[in-house]
Amino acid sequence: MSAPGLDSRGGLRSAATIAATVWFFGASFGLVARAAGMGSWAPLVMSATTFAGSAQFAVTSILGASASTAAAIAAAVLLNARYAPISISVASLFHGPRLRRLVESQLIVDESWALASRGDGHFDRRILLGAGLLLYAAWVSGTAVGVLAGDALGDPKDLGLDGAFPALFLALLVPQLRSSRAAVASLAGGGIALALIPVTPAGVPIVAAAAACLIGLGRPR
Amino acid sequence: MSAVWVVVLVVGAATVSLKATGPVLLGNRRLPGSVSGAVALLAPVLLAALVVTQTVGGDNELVLDARLAGVGAGAVAIAVRAPLAVVVVLAAATTALARVLA
Repeated sequence: MSAPGLDSRGGLRSAATIAATVWFFGASFGLVARAAGMGSWAPLVMSATTFAGSAQFAVTSILGASASTAAAIAAAVLLNARYAPISISVASLFHGPRLRRLVESQLIVDESWALASRGDGHFDRRILLGAGLLLYAAWVSGTAVGVLAGDALGDPKDLGLDGAFPALFLALLVPQLRSSRAAVASLAGGGIALALIPVTPAGVPIVAAAAACLIGLGRPR
Repeated sequence: MSAVWVVVLVVGAATVSLKATGPVLLGNRRLPGSVSGAVALLAPVLLAALVVTQTVGGDNELVLDARLAGVGAGAVAIAVRAPLAVVVVLAAATTALARVLA
């Protein structure tokens, strides 16, 4: 991958590969959600509004196992709490009326955000929104196919998709480590997450890790 | 309303709000210089946390499984400057293979 980041065309080309991965992931969500007793429409509405894989899978596993509404909501909200700091990191890309910013912000998802990141705290608006739209279409259409015909697709773990996403994030992290401050901060963030995984509910380690960015406080980029 | 729909609607509304936090509250506004240095580090910090939690994260425990092999293969591909698509496909294939072998 070329430093300092992906250009718009390279970013969208990469997004196509990731969209294919996300499509299969969405299909497996549809399948699992249906098996957990969520019916057909609820998984689709969830993919269209929540549009965040890990939280949606957490909901299906909790509803499938215990049917505890409060536990399912708490787990999903904690898992998605990272979107507060993530959306703050790209806030400067959004302009215009409040409603337009609200709608466009829904295209923020881990993968579109990571692809759009150019390092040094800068992000590419075209990649964020273009990749976000592509991934949204892949996620919702994948969910629809999973709900209707999921049995034919098999288990996403057989395809190794759960190992593909962390590798993707690693590939997008590496070019950002050119400054020693960024390297130290990401080591601290990774360390915080690692230490908290065994002792906190899922989602908390990522949000707590965000605190490592305070290393940059008072030092304009 | 059934429990499923309550969860779907509440989680949906919460996530929409969380994703809108920055763009709706801060969009159109410049951050003060002292804060911008910290915001600039959010990307590497959160990416590192995502790598860690998705590689070894489990249900309240660290889990070392086939994902680690996949990410390791991805790391090698990254080191030799392979295209992003190659990194992703290689990591998935290695994870799947390691799972079959394990």
